[in-house]
Amino acid sequence: MTVFSKEIFDRARQIISRYPEGRERSALLPLLHLVQSVEGYISPKGIEFCADQLGLQKANVAAVASFYTMYKRRPTGDFLVSVCTNTMCNVLGGQAVYDAVSERLGVGHDETTTDGSITLEHAECLAACDYGPVMTVNYDFFDRVTPEAAIDLVEQLRKGDRPKPSRGARLCTLKEISLQLAGFSDDRPEAVADGVPGDPSLAGLRLAQKHGVSPAGFDINTPIPNREAAK
Amino acid sequence: MTTSVYEKLTPVLTKRWLSPDAWRLDVYEQLDGYAAMRKALKAHPDDLIALIKDSGLRGRGGAGFPAGLKWGFIPQNDGKSHYLVVNADEGEPGTCKDLPLMTHDPHSLIEGCIIAAYAIRSKRAYIYIRGEAVHAARRLRHAVDEAYAKGYLGKNILGSKFDLDLVVHSGAGAYICGEETALLDSLEGFRGQPRLRPPFPATHGLYASPTVVNNVGTIASVPYIVLGGAAWWKTMGTEKSSGPMIYSLSGRIVQPGQYECSMGITLRELIELAGGMLPGHNLKFWTPGGSSTPLLTADHMDVPLDFESVAAAGSILGTTATQIFSDQDCPVYATYRWLEFYLHESCGKCTPCREGNYWLVRIYRRILTGEGTMEDLDTLLDTCDNILGRAFCGLGDGATSPVTSSIQYFKQDYLDYIEGRKAPMALSKGGH
Repeated sequence: MTVFSKEIFDRARQIISRYPEGRERSALLPLLHLVQSVEGYISPKGIEFCADQLGLQKANVAAVASFYTMYKRRPTGDFLVSVCTNTMCNVLGGQAVYDAVSERLGVGHDETTTDGSITLEHAECLAACDYGPVMTVNYDFFDRVTPEAAIDLVEQLRKGDRPKPSRGARLCTLKEISLQLAGFSDDRPEAVADGVPGDPSLAGLRLAQKHGVSPAGFDINTPIPNREAAK
Repeated sequence: MTTSVYEKLTPVLTKRWLSPDAWRLDVYEQLDGYAAMRKALKAHPDDLIALIKDSGLRGRGGAGFPAGLKWGFIPQNDGKSHYLVVNADEGEPGTCKDLPLMTHDPHSLIEGCIIAAYAIRSKRAYIYIRGEAVHAARRLRHAVDEAYAKGYLGKNILGSKFDLDLVVHSGAGAYICGEETALLDSLEGFRGQPRLRPPFPATHGLYASPTVVNNVGTIASVPYIVLGGAAWWKTMGTEKSSGPMIYSLSGRIVQPGQYECSMGITLRELIELAGGMLPGHNLKFWTPGGSSTPLLTADHMDVPLDFESVAAAGSILGTTATQIFSDQDCPVYATYRWLEFYLHESCGKCTPCREGNYWLVRIYRRILTGEGTMEDLDTLLDTCDNILGRAFCGLGDGATSPVTSSIQYFKQDYLDYIEGRKAPMALSKGGH
């Protein structure tokens, strides 16, 4: 029997309707996020579901699912902890953070703790180098982490606490974030409002403000040259 | 004080980030938001294309292709559907400007999409956002909902008879999808692998239809050019690299972060803006625009960071992600770690990139663990020769950048490992 409820079938139809008629296959990535939101990974049933929705062969769907890092092939914890170990974060201490967390949790890359709560991975550049070293929990950022802070963070997660990310929204589970990745708005208005820019994002702006600098001559009423009428 | 370095700061695309609620439509509108859309929808689409051409705006995603020219390549009156696709798959190592822009000022990107789509006569636009960028996507989806509710998206926008549907499409973790044709394949529901060009996306893009693919920063620049005009835009930057540019500074400096400056600022000036190097650190090597751009050194601190000057210095302006490393960082290890990245992200389509990166990583591991030989240096360069220009897309080319440039400038660091002056590293299995 299918593990997917009527609600999920309805959502699948909504996803497909975002793309032009005859181009339904564009819905495949969001559909894979959708089935991951139900099972926490891409299972054979999830592959079959996507294939059925789009009239594709299961092999076509599996080929796509296996290409992308964010589609998990095994049951994944409620919290996916990703530590950036690409060069910049790495030299700023990210490797030490990863090693410390790995040792504390007793798991390696792409492995899940025995209680099923946390999956660890080392990630490639997460596009927050000015906050490095960074790690994410279900893709929301924790900035300037140290091994101690990272261990404290995963211990809180294991206790069932939900520590607040540095700039992003209050944490949700991996299944919940997968539903957002499928293109559905976060239904927590307060989560959308969460997060203010950190110092690095504002560094240049604050300097400009302090020194009273702004580009001169900006007049929003500058006309758009009307060449077409002149033709 | 007239020559103060601070005068190089030109906050344009970033300026609303100081207003914490600018991601809300009502606040955005209090800050000139959607004024450019109103102005643009009254203009002829071709006049908008001409305006962007006049401004000299070049793509902010790395290649620096003139945006107006790209728009002008879209065949008009061809009876086909046209598409606008925003490349928001930010992932070039070091690059971190699009995520804050979409998080703190998502409506500016949406407004840019409306104007660009109107100009190229597209009724459907997609923002392909990197999957991991969940908070930026959260804000963006919220902003799209707000724009629809206000009638800025959908049918007959502001009575202009112009319709536009905008979909925010999350990726799923594949750096290669930042390559525009791989992005299109991914958006069509396939593995993200690059396509053979020609034909180019301008005629055979999404669904084999005329398509403009532009970076977030490019599209978000459009409303400002529409408001302030091409002449104003060109008061910033250089003759061939006009406008402001967001320089993303990371690494061994006092205040890493985003510094939006007139294009052509130097690294020396940027480091001064960032409060200098960290105490005890001396600049050793840096990337002008992400890890795919050849490394530069302390000898290049006065190179103007615009497209032409950086190319003349033997590198690429790229995404203006300046990653700054000091004498306490090892260029061999840094390059090795980037190579692991390229190996992981190679899509596997072409042999030079797939196999080349595999072997490069193995040779680096050998050198760093003290097993390297002099011959390995030749093999590294030979392997790069067989990737650069022979790979199917820029990913393979980019992978060779740190290798060849680090050997060019820091051969001694390699020799120190090979000849045993530097202690072998214990590379762990995970994370390396």
